Amino acid sequence: MEVRDNTHSGHAVAHDVHDHGHDDHHHDHHQTFITKYIFSTDHKMISKQFLVTAILMAFLAMGMSMIFRLQLAWPDETFPFLESMIGKWGKDGKLDSGFYLALVTIHGTIMVFMVLTGGLSGTFSNLLIPLQVGARDMASGMLNMLSFWFFAASSLVMFGSLFIEAGPASGGWTVYPPLSALPQAIPGSGLGMTLWLVSMVLFIVSALLGGINYVATVINLRTKGMSMTRLPLTVWAFLITAILGILSFPVLVAAALLLVFDRSMGTSFYLSDIFIGNVPLDHTGGSPILYQHLFWFLGHPEVYIVLLPALGLASEVISTMARKPIFGYKAMIGSMLVIAFLSFIVLGHHMFVTGMNPFLGSVFVFTTLLVAIPSAVKVFNYIATLWKANIVLSPAMLFAIGLVSFFITGGLTGIILGDSALDINLHDTYFVVAHFHIVMGSSAIFGMFAGVYHWFPRMYGRMMNKSLGYLHFWITIICVYGVFFPMHFIGLAGVPRRYYANTAYEGFDQLININELISVFAIIAGVAQVIFAFNFFYSIYRGRKAPQNPWNSNTLEWTAPVEHVHGNWPGPIPEVHRWPYDYSKPNAKEDFIPQTVPYSQTPESNRPGDF
Amino acid sequence: MMITILLGTLVVIRLMSVSQMASVLSGEDEDVAQKRDNSMNSIGMVLFMVIGLALMVYMTIKYQPFMLPVAASVHGVETDFLLNINFAVIGIVFFITQIMLFWFVYKYQHDKNRRALFYPDNHKLELIWTVVPTIVLSALIVTGLREWNKMTQGHPDDGMVVQVYGYQFNWMARYSGPDNKLGRSYYKLISDTNPLGIDYSDPASKDDIMTKSNEMHLPKGVPIQFVFNSRDVIHSAYFPHFRTQMNCVPGMDTRFYMEATITTKEMKGITKNEKFDYVLLCNKICGVAHYNMKMTVVVDEPSEFSNWLKGEKKVIDAAPTAELEQNISTASTVSHEVAL
Repeated sequence: MEVRDNTHSGHAVAHDVHDHGHDDHHHDHHQTFITKYIFSTDHKMISKQFLVTAILMAFLAMGMSMIFRLQLAWPDETFPFLESMIGKWGKDGKLDSGFYLALVTIHGTIMVFMVLTGGLSGTFSNLLIPLQVGARDMASGMLNMLSFWFFAASSLVMFGSLFIEAGPASGGWTVYPPLSALPQAIPGSGLGMTLWLVSMVLFIVSALLGGINYVATVINLRTKGMSMTRLPLTVWAFLITAILGILSFPVLVAAALLLVFDRSMGTSFYLSDIFIGNVPLDHTGGSPILYQHLFWFLGHPEVYIVLLPALGLASEVISTMARKPIFGYKAMIGSMLVIAFLSFIVLGHHMFVTGMNPFLGSVFVFTTLLVAIPSAVKVFNYIATLWKANIVLSPAMLFAIGLVSFFITGGLTGIILGDSALDINLHDTYFVVAHFHIVMGSSAIFGMFAGVYHWFPRMYGRMMNKSLGYLHFWITIICVYGVFFPMHFIGLAGVPRRYYANTAYEGFDQLININELISVFAIIAGVAQVIFAFNFFYSIYRGRKAPQNPWNSNTLEWTAPVEHVHGNWPGPIPEVHRWPYDYSKPNAKEDFIPQTVPYSQTPESNRPGDF
Repeated sequence: MMITILLGTLVVIRLMSVSQMASVLSGEDEDVAQKRDNSMNSIGMVLFMVIGLALMVYMTIKYQPFMLPVAASVHGVETDFLLNINFAVIGIVFFITQIMLFWFVYKYQHDKNRRALFYPDNHKLELIWTVVPTIVLSALIVTGLREWNKMTQGHPDDGMVVQVYGYQFNWMARYSGPDNKLGRSYYKLISDTNPLGIDYSDPASKDDIMTKSNEMHLPKGVPIQFVFNSRDVIHSAYFPHFRTQMNCVPGMDTRFYMEATITTKEMKGITKNEKFDYVLLCNKICGVAHYNMKMTVVVDEPSEFSNWLKGEKKVIDAAPTAELEQNISTASTVSHEVAL
């Protein structure tokens, strides 16, 4: 009975935020352009704002990767268009070696934070949490709006840092001091690094405002009947992700703050015994390793902040399109919880070769390899869901299957890297680059694509073109494997990452044709994303009008009208009577039974233990 | 080029509106997957899997000679063996799961007249695929940790102490001399003639030897205790052939224990490459010339090694007298400061 109030408070939210009676999209007299599209407090609009910002940032970061892939594959060529594109950094068509590092750094930062954290959680937590739990809006529309605008400000600052004289931050996306603390060590550690830190702090504010809101909404605003065990796996994933973020992001703020002190106030948290630019510095007593511990306390959970929402989206898409309940619903939740817990105690596996006490190293090996167990359970559950299913291959479903494939491939190499004895030789080589781009980067971006294709009708009331979707999927999956799989070979040959050119050691010359292959795939993949962008923006305006429930899905968001209304449902909030995965239930009239259908209406398909 | 893209886009837009109209007229509904889409894409999935796995095997064989260059250290041979066991285990899992994934997509494609099997869970099955990976992983953890402990603990202390010192953007090496003890060093003592900041007042520094060129030598078959540190930012000393890597952290000593097993000369024969040289690379981003920070490493027979070492200068001989006095007085203030 405790849920009954929710309907009430849900109404209250709608009332607070919007004038009563102006729910209909077409008759929004009181909504100005600014309140509707810019400072909107409606979760559906905010989710679209996150998505579009993330798409723009993703294109920027992808463009960067194409530039440095040119350098890596054809180190002796010149590309005259570089000079017109990036000015002094591409003088005479040759990429500057310092700017190469800047590109690598900003590519990583944007992809990890702006695209796969802000873009993924921001878009889909915002869109789906209220719609799937049956709430009128987020717990706080105001915080939600602020969350987006902090994100936008953070993205702008990061983008702006590209245009300053000394160039943007260039110490790698992990910005380890002392390199990131000392402008004498690398030009990017001057103003560029300051802007990076400002941008990150803004980003963390955004992530925290968002996260608190997501947790509050899931805990408090579930509709009548929506018990925790009836939540779709998407919502579980978003909830766990938000909790991870709330617990780990503040530690990154602490790390960043101490770095700011070291940079500008002469403290020595991370610095000690440094002789640079022909002078000894006064800093003494600090430890650069302290930064790494703090950074990875966020950095590792961050991997799951990126991955869990993608897995949640994939669970939902796979179950819906396979027309079959997700296998092991409770095991899926359990494994997400275990992964989330473990993610806080594995940070040391990034630091096996920092001189950390070997015993501590062994502990981290143990905890790290434990993560493989819940991950394996998830993979087997996905495969079991597909077994004897009735699979509709929509573009979203293809991307979800691609995600599972990447999750397997990248997850397995993690077993090797998590083994300290083996990590010694592979640490910071291209093997690592291959591993995390597949398991985290590609999996998560495929989850995001699956989400966009699947919920586009819910966002814009129109369908995306499926043929372009298929084309986009096939080029992308082939190219992603084409780019990242061969990197394992280069890594095993011992090529370090973040090298501007592999000329240091003549043995690496023989690998140049692999690098060419990778770059060709990377460029094709980049161009193929234009297909997606075109399909996306074209379909917003010209796509076919979407039916209310295009995928015959069970979850609540498809009971809301196609045209967005404030408060999501024009009438009362629907009540929930069953779990979200009653697909292909024996004897049921249709192969799906929405969550809103009471058991009393489906006597033919009810099973013992259902209620 | 821009024009081509523009024209292409326009053509696509036209075609899309046409196909959209056609499908609306023919009654074919929406942008939802149809039977044809399902069969085309599921065939695509199987082809992708088969061709992908075949290419993977082909490339693995083709690039075999470059991957894992011959291991030239005692522990390197063991970790390579361990790595190959790991690859075998994950390889099996990789093939089984990927084949099942893509095969199921093909096999269970949509059919209007069929229902999927309602099969929400099976505790026995779930237990099996929780327990089996746990057992396999335990085995991997145990073997991995045994190797790790062997590498990091319980070495004899008699390994030859060699210091590897990183700075932007080069390496230096210092040998501890007959006493097998490195003299104290302090960063405020660094000067042109004393690049390591050695404290000459420490008796242990008297016999220390520093390499004069960008080349270090190591004796074959002699255990070596590396001591790493850095002058400015974090570097990482990576010897790919020795399977050895350790970060060089300013303000702190890190250590690695290893033993080289193949001389450079022998390796030239093994790789059939007259120009072969071992190399020390920097493997932690350290600045704009990071990619150029390397040192040649030569592994000699022990007798050749001692001859080479005799030709290198003692650090203390390199210092001009005036500087020597200056150094010792600074060193005493410093040690005074430190003592305080």
